[in-house]
Amino acid sequence: MTTILKTTHLNKFYRLGGLVKRVRINALDDVNLTVQSDKPVIISLVGESGSGKTTLAKVILRLIKPTSGSAVIYDQVVAGEGAIPSRKTFLNTLQPIFQNPFEAFSAYRTVDSYLQKTANRIGHKTNLETSDALGEALNSVGLKHADVKGKYPNQFSGGELQRVSIARALIPKPKIIIADEPVSMVDASLRMNIINLFLSLKEVYKTSFLYITHDLATAYYVSDYIAVMYRGTIVEFGNARAILSQPQHPYTQLLLDSIAGTNRKWERKTYKASDMEAKEFQFSGCRFRNRCPLAKDLCKEQRPPAVLQNDGREVYCHFVDQT
Amino acid sequence: MIRLNNIVATYSTVRGQVNAVDGVDLAIPNGNIVGIAGESGCGKSTLLKIIYGDIIYPLALSRGHIDYGIESNKGEITTKDIQQYWFKRISYIPQSSMSSLNPVVRIRQQFLDFLEPRQNKKAILEEIRDYVKGLDLPPEALDAYPHQLSGGMRQRIMVAMGTFFKPDIILADEPTTALDVVVQKGILLLLMDIQEQMKNTILFVSHDMGVHYQISHKMLIMYAAKVVEFGDSDSVFKASLHPYTKMLIEALPTIGDAHQREGVSGRPPSLWDNLVGCRFAARCPFATELCKTEEPAFIEHQPGHFAACHHVDKVRQA
Repeated sequence: MTTILKTTHLNKFYRLGGLVKRVRINALDDVNLTVQSDKPVIISLVGESGSGKTTLAKVILRLIKPTSGSAVIYDQVVAGEGAIPSRKTFLNTLQPIFQNPFEAFSAYRTVDSYLQKTANRIGHKTNLETSDALGEALNSVGLKHADVKGKYPNQFSGGELQRVSIARALIPKPKIIIADEPVSMVDASLRMNIINLFLSLKEVYKTSFLYITHDLATAYYVSDYIAVMYRGTIVEFGNARAILSQPQHPYTQLLLDSIAGTNRKWERKTYKASDMEAKEFQFSGCRFRNRCPLAKDLCKEQRPPAVLQNDGREVYCHFVDQT
Repeated sequence: MIRLNNIVATYSTVRGQVNAVDGVDLAIPNGNIVGIAGESGCGKSTLLKIIYGDIIYPLALSRGHIDYGIESNKGEITTKDIQQYWFKRISYIPQSSMSSLNPVVRIRQQFLDFLEPRQNKKAILEEIRDYVKGLDLPPEALDAYPHQLSGGMRQRIMVAMGTFFKPDIILADEPTTALDVVVQKGILLLLMDIQEQMKNTILFVSHDMGVHYQISHKMLIMYAAKVVEFGDSDSVFKASLHPYTKMLIEALPTIGDAHQREGVSGRPPSLWDNLVGCRFAARCPFATELCKTEEPAFIEHQPGHFAACHHVDKVRQA
């Protein structure tokens, strides 16, 4: 079994405020995730904005340093204590794709120059080798080298440009691609093309994905595993289909209930939103307790531990048997 | 009833003129939430701007006119004088509340911006407080600066501002796109409640078909500067007449249903080109030679259900 993703007691604290009044925001608070498999997998990380999902991605991509703990990708420690020092091995193991393709590429450079740089970096020195590598990567995302050559970002649609950025990530043949909200800037009609591309890359190139999103419907469609985050903590983690069809944590239930789907209309009842986001980060007990219908005194005092369920999922709730 | 009479909206650019809305001709009955959907660049925001009367260079209304069906004491309102009635008879809820509210002025002061100088500020402010309380918002939010509120709360304030004067028409341009699902649901339910009480017409732009399914009474689908389908939400979702609408709905994944979904492949035509025939033909599975040469007319196929397609029967059966 390969350890595809493992985080051990991963913490990231931010300090806000001046000298007099300081606030500590636990953007990642004791995150423990383990995914082991022999086959490539798609892991989804879902939650609302400010839940820490992008922070987790940044830690794994070594864009920020964790306060404590470590992260393992494909049996190699990539962040935190004992991280592998070589940048080359790191970049050959994982590659990022970002949310907005128009910001990922400079408007003043041709997009294929980015692909060339990446190819040169991994050792393709001659022109022929580089153009072969580019052609192969672009073919695998359904584009032709001739269509891309010499073009600037404004000559592409959002969906096409996102494909180019996926092609760039594929050139070093990484084991896993970290995709941070890859389709939220892409039109709804083109979104499924990108999502289907992930599935086919997983089949053909055996690439795993860490798919960060707030769109639960696409997460259900593509992923094998799902981790639901709330205010820096994991609330539910396990098999994606099982969790999204039968959520057990009250927060996952709330999230699913809020999706604007086309299978049934919403019940019309009044609805209370959270208005104390910053404070919730400092809660010592369960961070969902002031919105939770099941909250009791215990939730105020103690952080809920991971409760292992029969189907292998972990639910971080004191009263999971009542949900 | 808002009647759009053959609207053509043109942007002037260094490359020349381009029609972002090209011949929209339809009547929108009063008291409905009308969902407007389509991909970016199809002209949905431009259409809203024209209806709002926010027509400044480089945008121009080069052909057609709008009958709002709203009487004022000076007679029927037109696109030229509608600016005087902004927020009183017609209001606008933007996508980004952070860039719409003034960051250095308290919210309550921004509410008072609409007042004429001689009106009694204190009495109005009391009214505003009551109104905001009625919408289940904390009245203290009025005393805050925009940055002190969360994104969802700011957007609720925008909804409160847009509806305070009970306007006849509300234009909402992707008001929840930047928000999380939980917050989004709260705001949409608020908007639906307000609409039920005030019976105003809301034009709601969003590219999320799931949102439209939840709130819209009528659907208007745009593609490459044209309206391709218009009708009751129920019949548009259950029995779409245009292949583009059908593909938009089918591209949407649902939880509990894992069968293979296909997006709409290809891209819309450039509006700079000389467009002949149906603009969707290049991406359409039903396209024939006829579609490439002759533009389909926008006609009523069933009572209240319009579409612009040569092959409506084939789409219905598929």
